Amino acid sequence: MVYLTRIEHFNAAHRLFNPAWTTERNEEVFGKCANTNWHGHNFELYVTVKGIPDPETGFIFNAKKLSLVIKERVIEKLDHRNLNLDVDFMQGKLCSIENLVMGIWQELLPGLPERVKLHCVKLVETPKIYIEYYGE
Amino acid sequence: MANKVAVYRKEHFNAAHRLANPTWSVEENDRVFGKCALPNYHGHNYELIVKVIGEPDPETGYVIDMKVLSDLIQREIVARFDHRNLNLDTVEFQSLNPTAENIAIVIFNLLRPHLEIKLDLQVRLYETPRNFVDYPA
Repeated sequence: MVYLTRIEHFNAAHRLFNPAWTTERNEEVFGKCANTNWHGHNFELYVTVKGIPDPETGFIFNAKKLSLVIKERVIEKLDHRNLNLDVDFMQGKLCSIENLVMGIWQELLPGLPERVKLHCVKLVETPKIYIEYYGE
Repeated sequence: MANKVAVYRKEHFNAAHRLANPTWSVEENDRVFGKCALPNYHGHNYELIVKVIGEPDPETGYVIDMKVLSDLIQREIVARFDHRNLNLDTVEFQSLNPTAENIAIVIFNLLRPHLEIKLDLQVRLYETPRNFVDYPA
């Protein structure tokens, strides 16, 4: 089994808050991240797939095609957007990067051929914070 | 000046913004600013590098105390812009388009009055890992 990772990036605004809570409770839990008028990040997205190299190409999956799958299915929806307001697969969810990374996983899955398994989606929010999801 | 030394302090802040000219139509803003003009804002991890140039003080060996410089940037810049919407939450960009260029000029003007006149200042601002600006040029 061999693992292939493709890195893409997007810039987006978001806000962490629970609409069922008061402003005070949101500020207590989410601090500055609950700022009413949003804040934003340069997100780095790492998508890792695994498989057996194809005997004819030597590839698990063409890295250029993997890039296109990520761009068409995920980056197009997220880049320069407001994650709370503009993204269909985040509607009704708390806009944490934990939930975002799980949503990205679900968006990517149908775009991959049968023989290629999605292994990990890693999302870097700041140089000091990142999340990994393995579909478990 | 033979002994001028440049010292640098890096800080960062995360903020939302959008680029638009309020006197233009939606179509014109879209044509010029593209995705950056989308109405619901987007955001960046801004990396700020503040460069101070001067001669080391004969008594301390410092051009400027880095702790003093860091505290100044935290107080004047990070506290003002971190986790904010630059268009909506700041006085500075009420009528100024928050491009990286303009943000760098604003940061320079906020810091300059707090530095000794004998020190030179330059601001470098990274909007993304690939886009950055210097002021003064």
